[in-house]
Amino acid sequence: MIPIGPIGPIEGVIAIVGLAVLTVATRGFFFLSEREIPIPEWLRQGLRYAPLAALVAVVLPEVVMTQGHLIHSWQDARIFAALAGAAYFRWRRGILGTILAGMAVLLPLRLGLGW
Amino acid sequence: MLSTALGIAAWGLITGVAMGKSGVAPWLMVLMSLLVFAGSAQLAALPLLASGAPLWVIWATALCVNLRFVIFSATWRPYFRAYPLWMRLRLAYCTADLNYVLFMRRFPEPRPAPEQLPYFWGGVALNWASWQVPSLLGIALADAVPLHWGIGFAGTLALLGIALSLLNDRATAVAGAVAGCAAVAAYALPFKLNIVVAIAAAVAMALLMDHTTPRNAEPVDDAT
Repeated sequence: MIPIGPIGPIEGVIAIVGLAVLTVATRGFFFLSEREIPIPEWLRQGLRYAPLAALVAVVLPEVVMTQGHLIHSWQDARIFAALAGAAYFRWRRGILGTILAGMAVLLPLRLGLGW
Repeated sequence: MLSTALGIAAWGLITGVAMGKSGVAPWLMVLMSLLVFAGSAQLAALPLLASGAPLWVIWATALCVNLRFVIFSATWRPYFRAYPLWMRLRLAYCTADLNYVLFMRRFPEPRPAPEQLPYFWGGVALNWASWQVPSLLGIALADAVPLHWGIGFAGTLALLGIALSLLNDRATAVAGAVAGCAAVAAYALPFKLNIVVAIAAAVAMALLMDHTTPRNAEPVDDAT
């Protein structure tokens, strides 16, 4: 079966309702049930690092990969934009500033130099 | 808080534009923005919706992207478990990344308190509005905004900021570095499973560090 074209209306609604259910189920996983879901102590210790790990795992490939491959050139606007954003965050700790600093570096490099 | 809301708004606008440009029927995209309310899962599901991928592939991918919320929910539990189920369902729907970070900074003690709900719903209301309005605007104005400028990267920068706010000592730095390397190395896996691999690698490394780091010597109780 080769998927062709965008999703149809009925399947689309089913997909979206399913995604909404997933939002509630994942965000409430450990507090929706009345019963205590036992988490072993060693896992509880380790899971302290999981939110950060998950976020880094979403962010880093978006910065250093193109079409599923590691980029080979340092002339990529995203690297410098991410560095600028990180530098701003270290300085002022604001999300908006992180976005603006990153985009202020990204746009000239991409539009001006074609990186 | 206000600058955070503006950051969310920028991210919402970009997600909206990406949704509007995806080729999927715009009314479906409006429905998705209003119902799903999870930016990174929406962005991950988008190319799959646009190419007509099977439903289970779309859901499996979103599940992997949303996995971090499962872990957040364990932290939410002591605050929320006393509320009735209907309330917990509504709370669950609204606990996004930023609410988590802000709430845990405001209420570090894991026990319920009367001032938590007003704080939570206030944050959610602001978060919801500053996400939905720009997101819908983005869907409507998609054709007027050129995507090759790379403005989609703003969403990545927003998540980068949130990730950096969780980075506070050597252990988290190492866990983050391990997760990043694992996520890139395992990128070829289907359904964004690389995120799951990255979490597992980082947690394993963190546990290893906890168990091999020498602790301060404790006095020995010797009865002799």
